[in-house]
Amino acid sequence: MDQTSDTSRRDFLKKCVMGTAVLRTAKLPLLGMAGQESTPGKSKVVIANDAQLRGAKTTVDSSRIASLLDRAMQSLFDLDDPIEPWKKLVRAGQRVGVKVNALGGRGLSSNVQLVEAICERLQEAGIRGNDTVIWDRDTEELERAGFHVATAGNRVQCFGSDRLGYEERLATYGSVGSRLSKILTQRSDVLINVPVLKDHDGAGVTIALKNMYGVIHNPNKYHPNGCNPYIADVNMLPEIRSKMRLTICDATTASYEGGPGYKPQYSWKNDGLIISQDPVALDYIGWQIIERKRAEKGLKTLEGVGRSPAYIATAADAGHRLGMNDPRRIATVEV
Amino acid sequence: MLSGAALSLGDLGQDLVAVPLSAFPQKLDDSRFTVEARFYQKIENKRIKCKLCPRECTVGDRERGYCGVRENRGGTYYTLVHSRLCAAHVDPIEKKPFFHYLPGTMAFSLATAGCNVNCKFCQNWDISQVRPEQVPANYAPPRSVADLARQYHCPTIAYTYSEPVVFSEYLMDAADAGHEAGIRSVVVSNGYMQADALKAAYGKMDAVKIDLKAFSESYYRDVVVGELKPVLNALVTLRKMGKWTEIVYLVVPTLNDSDAEFRGLVRWIKTNLGVDVPVHFAQFHPEYLLKNLPITPVPTLERAKAIADAEGLHYVYIGNVPGHPAENTYCPKCRRMLVERVGLTARQMLIRKNACPFCQQPIPGVWHA
Repeated sequence: MDQTSDTSRRDFLKKCVMGTAVLRTAKLPLLGMAGQESTPGKSKVVIANDAQLRGAKTTVDSSRIASLLDRAMQSLFDLDDPIEPWKKLVRAGQRVGVKVNALGGRGLSSNVQLVEAICERLQEAGIRGNDTVIWDRDTEELERAGFHVATAGNRVQCFGSDRLGYEERLATYGSVGSRLSKILTQRSDVLINVPVLKDHDGAGVTIALKNMYGVIHNPNKYHPNGCNPYIADVNMLPEIRSKMRLTICDATTASYEGGPGYKPQYSWKNDGLIISQDPVALDYIGWQIIERKRAEKGLKTLEGVGRSPAYIATAADAGHRLGMNDPRRIATVEV
Repeated sequence: MLSGAALSLGDLGQDLVAVPLSAFPQKLDDSRFTVEARFYQKIENKRIKCKLCPRECTVGDRERGYCGVRENRGGTYYTLVHSRLCAAHVDPIEKKPFFHYLPGTMAFSLATAGCNVNCKFCQNWDISQVRPEQVPANYAPPRSVADLARQYHCPTIAYTYSEPVVFSEYLMDAADAGHEAGIRSVVVSNGYMQADALKAAYGKMDAVKIDLKAFSESYYRDVVVGELKPVLNALVTLRKMGKWTEIVYLVVPTLNDSDAEFRGLVRWIKTNLGVDVPVHFAQFHPEYLLKNLPITPVPTLERAKAIADAEGLHYVYIGNVPGHPAENTYCPKCRRMLVERVGLTARQMLIRKNACPFCQQPIPGVWHA
């Protein structure tokens, strides 16, 4: 979609707030779902791709990514209506934090069009515009990634933890003692995680679980030893664990080397999303995608270069039980 | 050691511009606090390798090192805390503690945010374990620090509270400004620093206090999140540099309080630094992430001192126990009391011409300005 269309989408969000928009909730047919339903006891991970996501342009088309999101959500929840999945995650009156990843600037941050589509669906599910906050650590980083900062009015809010600060009280679990962002503790009843599929020079990969480093005040303290067990311990902090509902991994542009910053030479247009309610399973699947790309590019495995993401197994172990990392217990659905 | 009352930053003078704080603060202008770091190496892909401390963080573009106060911006590494004062106090120098350095004087004591380790017992974790933008701060360029020290009648500037290793550039510039104004500089540090950086930064100090947190690598790994060996190397380097150095050992019940560890520690000190280096065994108080342990029993501290005395160290003190007789300095030859202290106050100082007035035994230290 061109620039004008993007503007229309923002206008739509504003109109939603004012109650004048016609909700476009056309029911989409579910593609490729037959026989792909999740098996009970397994974690479901949906991989959704659209080869035409950018059309003839380099940027993501707003309309197509919204459709891709709908397809993925409908598949994850086995529902035909694009709004119904969201109603299973949130209810009217709740405040929703959409935790993006803005570290990689415009090249490798959570896609703005994707986040707009998420906010649109949240509104359609009954969440007021100003009850949704798009956030990451730092407001300037969000701006650099292309987000428009909004701290007042009835529209969707967007700002960093630097604006509200961090709780005085330490939250602790295992090896971790951190202050939590007040956006999580005071402005969010529900957390939706929107990370990016990326290589990470310390942890191996940074996807769903590591994105929670942006919730705490001292992430720099938790990078030794491949961030293990710190990533798992951060995700065990009760305020994070209890509010986390869904991960929508932006895999439209991903990186297989040189992360977490944006290095064009190590990034590729993957034109997809990875969605799950199990962040461990999602990280495991995302890791495999990155390994496949590394192999395709003739690079050694992450284990071969001493960066295997051991924290994923830690997150699944008996001391954490944050999700599944056993491929036999992950149902992957491609749509 | 226990911290004292803070000065109101707003009272420190017109050179310190108060940062407006509100529930919803605007982004501060960071540029005046941002100075290129002095100890790092540029590597491939706009990454850098920090050469300040033994951790040697490799930091990608837009990322920060472990300390949280140094950031890679496009392949150039910056300190974000130059002149970014987040704590300022006028303290007795005994509080640092320096017991053999200008006793009875006050030190203009300051800190920025940040630390290169993460001690589970940190008493100042609310400034040491945060990023600079997460704590209120004032702009205090080096010359204003020197002016303030003079204004408050402090013969020394003390870099303390958080971890001065991480604000080395500021410390070096403030020390230069202080020396130009006739003010000395002392540092209270963990000593977890690379040799070249140590020589450059602490070479500008007039005295150094090192927190030797334990005498085992496992404690440094599990409780401090650092390493012992580089700290021992730093102590030896300081000795070779001729810097006046004192050592504090915080005794944490059950974690670093065995006779074997005390004995190993004091034997290492005796062999590598000599018997005249003052050693302070300090009482632990539950804080931060170590709240499940009790205050160190005084008999434990006395046991540590007894072992050190028996091994032949001349100046062994007990810290954080106000009124304990082991706060005083005694002549190692005639055993007469030379400096009487109560808490953080030096009540009586009898040393004359750097010697015991009773038996003329030289007493190492800097006793007079």
